[in-house]
Amino acid sequence: MPSVRFRLNGVETTVDADPDSSLLGILRGQLGMTGAHFGCGANECGACNVIIGDRAVAACDTPLWSVADKDITTIEGLGSAQKPHPLQRAFIAEQALQCGYCVSGILMSAAALLMQNPKPTDADVRGALNRNLCRCGSHNRMVRAVLRAAAEMAAQ
Amino acid sequence: MTEPAPSPSAAKLPVSLAANPVLSSWIRFSPEGQVTVSPGKVEIGQGIVTALAQIAADELDIELGRVQLLRASTAGSPNEGVTSGSLSVQQSGRAIRFACAEIRQIFLEAASDRLGVAIEALDISDGTISGPGNIRTSYWELAGDVSLHREATPGAVPKKSTQRTLAGNSIQRLDIPDKVFAHPRFIHDSALPGMLHGRVLRSEMSAAKLVDIMEDGARAVAGLVTIVRDGNFAGVVSETEAGAEDAIKALRKGATWSARETLPDENGLAEFLKAQPVETTVIDKRTAPGAVQNSRTIRRQYTRPYIAHASIAPSCAMAQWSGDRVHVWTHSQGVYLLRADLALVLKLPVEHITVEHMEGAGCYGHNAADDVALDAVLLAKAANSRPVRVQWSRADEMSHAPFGAAMAIEIEADLDAQGEIVDWRHSIWSNGHAARPGRAAQPALLAATELANPFPRMISSNPPQANGGGGDRNSIPLYDFPSWRIESHRLLTMPVRTSALRTLGAQGNVFAIESFLDELAVERGEDPVAFRLRHLGDSRAQDVIRAVAKRANWKPEKRAGVGYGLGFARYKNTGAYCAVIAEIEGAEDISVRRLTIAVDVGEAINPDGVINQIEGGAIQATSWVLKERVRFDRQRITSNTWTDYPILRFSEVPEVEVELIQRPDSEPLGAGEAAHGPVTAAIANAVFDALELRVRNLPITRDSLIAAMELTA
Repeated sequence: MPSVRFRLNGVETTVDADPDSSLLGILRGQLGMTGAHFGCGANECGACNVIIGDRAVAACDTPLWSVADKDITTIEGLGSAQKPHPLQRAFIAEQALQCGYCVSGILMSAAALLMQNPKPTDADVRGALNRNLCRCGSHNRMVRAVLRAAAEMAAQ
Repeated sequence: MTEPAPSPSAAKLPVSLAANPVLSSWIRFSPEGQVTVSPGKVEIGQGIVTALAQIAADELDIELGRVQLLRASTAGSPNEGVTSGSLSVQQSGRAIRFACAEIRQIFLEAASDRLGVAIEALDISDGTISGPGNIRTSYWELAGDVSLHREATPGAVPKKSTQRTLAGNSIQRLDIPDKVFAHPRFIHDSALPGMLHGRVLRSEMSAAKLVDIMEDGARAVAGLVTIVRDGNFAGVVSETEAGAEDAIKALRKGATWSARETLPDENGLAEFLKAQPVETTVIDKRTAPGAVQNSRTIRRQYTRPYIAHASIAPSCAMAQWSGDRVHVWTHSQGVYLLRADLALVLKLPVEHITVEHMEGAGCYGHNAADDVALDAVLLAKAANSRPVRVQWSRADEMSHAPFGAAMAIEIEADLDAQGEIVDWRHSIWSNGHAARPGRAAQPALLAATELANPFPRMISSNPPQANGGGGDRNSIPLYDFPSWRIESHRLLTMPVRTSALRTLGAQGNVFAIESFLDELAVERGEDPVAFRLRHLGDSRAQDVIRAVAKRANWKPEKRAGVGYGLGFARYKNTGAYCAVIAEIEGAEDISVRRLTIAVDVGEAINPDGVINQIEGGAIQATSWVLKERVRFDRQRITSNTWTDYPILRFSEVPEVEVELIQRPDSEPLGAGEAAHGPVTAAIANAVFDALELRVRNLPITRDSLIAAMELTA
């Protein structure tokens, strides 16, 4: 098996697998990181979004070979209960979800937005999240949470 | 706004407690100071675990942090049927409240004995029971001596609303941190030791028969454990998930199916529904006391398409056999009901089957959760006692899971010379809205119909009105018309598989009733708010309508291309009251800009949780109204991707403003389904206000606007 190297949440990682494997399959399978969720397998719902470089990307249709030497951030690398990312704090404060299955992908899209645009408007947030689907109807709470996190980060 | 407290049904136990009276099946104390609450209802994103913890902690006088919620399992949970119908707080919450009230009393009596102090002199604070002179004991100290293995007795008296400190407050949901930090909580993210992965082969076609499969391709895939075939049911088991995906792809390539044209014409739904053999039920009848003066009759027809549950997560389950016993992990809404169906298919006694709940994504009714559980059980049978995890594909989730049933609704009203309604007739043509497992002598599970010795496909039926009804849900007007007749025509054929989708028939019926009323009000030149208030005797109904009208500044001034519409219903006529004013903007396409909502759920255990449910329901309903329609040709469901079955996106979501009318002394009512019908009607009425077009066929799209225009012209 050929091996592919990348940095995953800041850690040098080497994976031996078919280079055409989906990144999502590798993350959830070999690497045991189940935060990115399978939703459609066709880059249509955003449940599996991760950040590659500074862009949110659907891991399901990202082939392993394409992430060689790249920086990948998953929800596991965004923050933790002990050291939460402002977005995670804000999602709790706004109670910004119902079932929560889509939320890890949405957090990654939002984190990528804030990397590129630290002071987004409501419309910017909706634009950045527009490829993420939420079926429970928690959209407005999520937008409020992203704006809250942006304000908090700007104040720091 | 206060009402007299409902009498705490001295003679009767709450339904769930009557069905599961042993107190220890609900509540257990550990010597370490924890309280385990074991409900029969399950978390589906509605926040039920938090609401139930609030109720238990309040009645027992303990801190919330001491409460641990168990996931439902047939291994020991109370049997509360299915988590549906916005009944979790009403049923589970009420049972836990009364059980805890009685348990509190039992412990007070035990403490009184031990401490030698009268009960009246004792006080409980965070589980510590204390009396005069600093004497004290606790639940945990007494737990060893107090047996809760006894039946609940009628007459327990829960706290008054003013004595509650947790219920009634917007406590943060207990499950949200796990979900935000991606701690594995979903069944999809769980793994068992030695677990294998399975996938099932299903044709894109709805009624295809599997003629032949060539196994060579799948057998060549690394990691393949076995291929299972039983009649039309076929699947693979692999050491890895990627291997299972590759193997099923190869198997699909080598499969030959015989196709049949069984599906109706998607553009002629009303004609199809009305041409089928039906079972007709008179749902309700009211006869005017005197003779009525009918001067003219107005008749309108409304339709709703098939709607997909379209969970963000494809359904998933795990199963593991041990001899002739099997353990199943599932996100089914009813663990006991699923177990009953599995027993029918496997021809095993129920005691040989354990069904355990794990959280899945929001399901919004009966989706493929139960189907995939049988798939996992069948594949695991060939896995030599190793656990097998099965996950459906997106395409299967969107085409083989049950849909919400399409509906054709006709309303006919006789008006007198003054244009007042003197007789009202409401008729529904629809498949049944429920084909859940565990309720019939035959299983409802998909794979059961695919086996070599197949069970027939269960034709969906309707729950009786006493349980809220199915296709006829919310078809009986809450308005005081002098006479009416409500009829339901349930289809006896079912080419498109249907079962429970959030609100069952209520969305369609409320859309029809409220659209029709709006039309009558406009024709009379009467304000739709005043028109409704004039016909409503129920003061709580009037209150939500008045509240929403005030909040939305009804009626804002007319502006070109902008419209406002009202919709109202009391869910099931017995549940939450909800009134909605929609503001839409539209020309070729409609966008919903704002939904203003007033809701009355009686006692709101967790007000922010209620608002979250109402907002979510309102946004989901907007998605149904503007976008959703299951598409098909004569052989297959064609809307099996998110591109072909679009749902509302962030940029299209309206602002939603919710006003909660608090009634802490009234019985708590569920909030999950209250908004869908009123939102649907409010949007349709707003479209008329903006464009003077009555769209009577959902969804409201550019095409349906053009069709309505042609009809008007």
